[in-house]
Amino acid sequence: MSYLFNTPDQRREMLRTIGAESIDELFQQVPADCRLARPLDLPPALTEMELERTVRSLAGKNVAGGDRVCLMGGGVYDHFIPAAVDEVVSRGEFYTAYTPYQAEASQGSLQAFFEYQSLVCRLTGMDVSNASLYEAGTAVSEAAFMAMRVTGRHEKVVVLGSVHPEYRQVLETYLSNLKCELVVVGTHNGTVDPADLKKLVDDRTACLIFQHPNFFGCLEEPEELCRQARSVGALSVVAFDPISLGILRRPGDYGADVAVAEGQSLGIPMQYGGPFLGIFTCRNEFVRKMPGRLVGRTTDRQGRPCYVLTLQAREQHIRREKATSNICTNQGLLALRATAYLSLVGPQGLKEASELCCRKAHYAAERLTRIPGVQLAFDRPFFKEFTLRCDGGVEAFCARARDAGFDLGPTMRRFGEAVDEPLSDALLVAVTEKRTRREIDELVAALGGLEATAVGIPALRETQLG
Amino acid sequence: MRNLLATQPLVELAHPGRRGCTFPESDVPPRPLDSLIPKSQLAATACELPELAEPDVIRHFVNLSTLNMSVDTHFYPLGSCTMKYNPKRHERLSRLPGLVDLHPYQIDEAAQGMLAILYELQQMLAEISGLPAVSLHPAAGAQGELTALLVAAAYFHDKGERRTKVLFPASAHGTNPASAALAGFECVQLDVSAEGLVDLEELKANLDESTAVFMITNPNTLGLFEPEIARISRLLHQAGGLVYVDGANMNAILGITRPGDFGGDMMHFNVHKTFTGPHGAGGPGAGPIAVRDFLADYLPAPVVIREAGPSGKALYRLSVPGKSIGRMRSFFGNVGILLRGYLYLRTLGAQGVKAVSENAVLNANYLMARLADVLPTPHGKRCMHEFVASARNLYKERGISAMDLAKRLLDYGFHAPTVYFPLVVAEAMMMEPTETESKETLDAFSDAIHKIVAEDPKFLHDAPHSTLVSRPDDVQAARKPILKWEPSAS
Repeated sequence: MSYLFNTPDQRREMLRTIGAESIDELFQQVPADCRLARPLDLPPALTEMELERTVRSLAGKNVAGGDRVCLMGGGVYDHFIPAAVDEVVSRGEFYTAYTPYQAEASQGSLQAFFEYQSLVCRLTGMDVSNASLYEAGTAVSEAAFMAMRVTGRHEKVVVLGSVHPEYRQVLETYLSNLKCELVVVGTHNGTVDPADLKKLVDDRTACLIFQHPNFFGCLEEPEELCRQARSVGALSVVAFDPISLGILRRPGDYGADVAVAEGQSLGIPMQYGGPFLGIFTCRNEFVRKMPGRLVGRTTDRQGRPCYVLTLQAREQHIRREKATSNICTNQGLLALRATAYLSLVGPQGLKEASELCCRKAHYAAERLTRIPGVQLAFDRPFFKEFTLRCDGGVEAFCARARDAGFDLGPTMRRFGEAVDEPLSDALLVAVTEKRTRREIDELVAALGGLEATAVGIPALRETQLG
Repeated sequence: MRNLLATQPLVELAHPGRRGCTFPESDVPPRPLDSLIPKSQLAATACELPELAEPDVIRHFVNLSTLNMSVDTHFYPLGSCTMKYNPKRHERLSRLPGLVDLHPYQIDEAAQGMLAILYELQQMLAEISGLPAVSLHPAAGAQGELTALLVAAAYFHDKGERRTKVLFPASAHGTNPASAALAGFECVQLDVSAEGLVDLEELKANLDESTAVFMITNPNTLGLFEPEIARISRLLHQAGGLVYVDGANMNAILGITRPGDFGGDMMHFNVHKTFTGPHGAGGPGAGPIAVRDFLADYLPAPVVIREAGPSGKALYRLSVPGKSIGRMRSFFGNVGILLRGYLYLRTLGAQGVKAVSENAVLNANYLMARLADVLPTPHGKRCMHEFVASARNLYKERGISAMDLAKRLLDYGFHAPTVYFPLVVAEAMMMEPTETESKETLDAFSDAIHKIVAEDPKFLHDAPHSTLVSRPDDVQAARKPILKWEPSAS
């Protein structure tokens, strides 16, 4: 077996030292009636070569990678990842280290996470960042719990219907065994009208949660939403898109109390949904009520600067049932990816990536809506993602794109009842800095746009009927 | 050799105008940005990120990495954490474009390879746990606990039973009570017996119709297999409650015994412990759960199912169980880590999996025996995959604490064991060597401990002596937290 060291003679020697006859004797404390009397029924062992052959063949059955052009969105995006990011996280000293509890032997990880916290604060304009949570859905839920602790209001949380349906579903599950009401504010034309909040957000509300740009890709009115929350003593919680902050105002600018995000855009591959990065930031005054690990700067016995996990009295291994969260393992290596990404792109690179996404998304939207029967679902400003409505079968529309090498979606139907607006014939399209004008033009042509009338609408209709 | 010029904070290494990554010019017709986005939404200035060149960034992080101990570089006998070797084939294969570039909302028909892998992993975990229904969804062990407790809550709610309490022994991981509280249960901590085991009388005294779940780690955090586990499970079931098995210590019992066989109703796996997901300096993990058939319908969404496709070929699909508690996170799960677990199990096969536990238990018992003269283990003559030694005598007689020993071990090139956990042992040193260490390494570690205990206690209080920094001032860190780079902080 590949990863064991001890030879049969060494094992015998070790057993002699222990004073046992056999390895089986070591398991005597497992009662006989609990023992498994047969071998496990698992697939046969594979050598490295066989494993590689098997897995390459399985990977080849997925429609991903290679020459495919990804315009999929819904919270996960095909952004460019500089090679240096992969190199940094490939260091065994990072990825095979444990949580840096032994500070003297973990200064590398500790400083990297301190820098993550520093860069995320600079990105968002927020006071303080933790060292990561699992992903955005749980970050939203942890924000709601923190808001309850901060406000002392445990009965009501308000979330906009334009927040990602999966983030809302996570929040709903997290609250399911508690006596807390979850109020969802309906959307009109892709966003929430702040005037609708007046009767829903009140002095029993712990927090108001919104996403900006929202799930449909549309921009909300973040300043007004934060103001409304503040006016009733509730916390404002925004889920933002890190790449958007290259050009959009930052959560710290518009007065958010808590800002969370899916950090996947910051140098993390899509890998079918995880592991990703839950970014969690807030105002300084909440720091002792925050969930998750925090790295602080201090000095050692000789007065030299060093880093250490701090404010651990919030955490489960110290505070147990009174902890601010149950989180232990976090997303350290992904936080390291984000740190490397942000240091590589810098302020100018982030702005460029952000602008490219925005410009190309608008170009794509303009071109795609020239296809007869295809239009934007909402008449709202958007950043890099938009909701398209297609007359007739949206699945056929995607299938046709897929056959031509382009991946679109998700379709709104995927989320069923969880989507707020009546959108059974709509899908999301996201355009990152990686997409080229040529790709977009080819997509439009493949979908029967003006540039390629020869393979146009009649063919599309055929596909739908078939 | 490390280069400390490069480990200055990134912000201090930066220089205005430097670039680490440039993007191509826009190739779409130019339009003013404020014709696309309302001016009121646009930032007035760029984010204040540091400006660095690619070589700056690489040199910085590569040098930072050398300030760490890791499994790739050192013996890391951290109890309860299973710091085993992380096979390199997993790194190569989990980065195949067909896996790593797959969007989570790709339709099932276009993700058949991935779904086949995940389905097969579900099956393998069901077999290893003895519990038939598996969800790969939870992001880590603690989230697996929370998920299972919410499954239990939904199950009792459906049965019309009001059960509000979760019980756990004092030796439990902190995540157990934290998860129970988060799930809305009342936490009841039970004292353990003098032997460090679940105290049956204490359990009986606290069991009633309000008990929802008993959470137990088995082998427990002292590295002992609970001899009365079958009785404990029966007691819970007679009282109408469920048994939750914290799977943090699965490395001891793979192919030997199964939680489902000793009465567990629900459990989580730590893929990043037992099945070699690298710990990543704190994460990511993956915390799949396995449950009995009568709980399968409550599992979080989605699970992978296998159907006969149109041509009779297997078709894998994502599916939402009928009474699902819902989602615990966005998207499928921590797939990158699950993949590594899959690759590991496919490499080992049944015999290899059992050999993991046999060798993990052999290594732990060997180390325990080698250290018995200086660091006795108060609970149990034999251990499973880990043991909790005590420095109590050393502390009483010579003033050498578990912390002193732990810190001094760093000077000898060994990562410290877990100290001061579990709380039921004074001056606890919890050691888990794992199966991927050689006898030579264990001997060298044992020799180091023997040398250290003969050293001057005062010298040990100041250890470590060879690391870049000495013991940090935790009190100062917590009193006036500095949590990000600021000009005044340097």
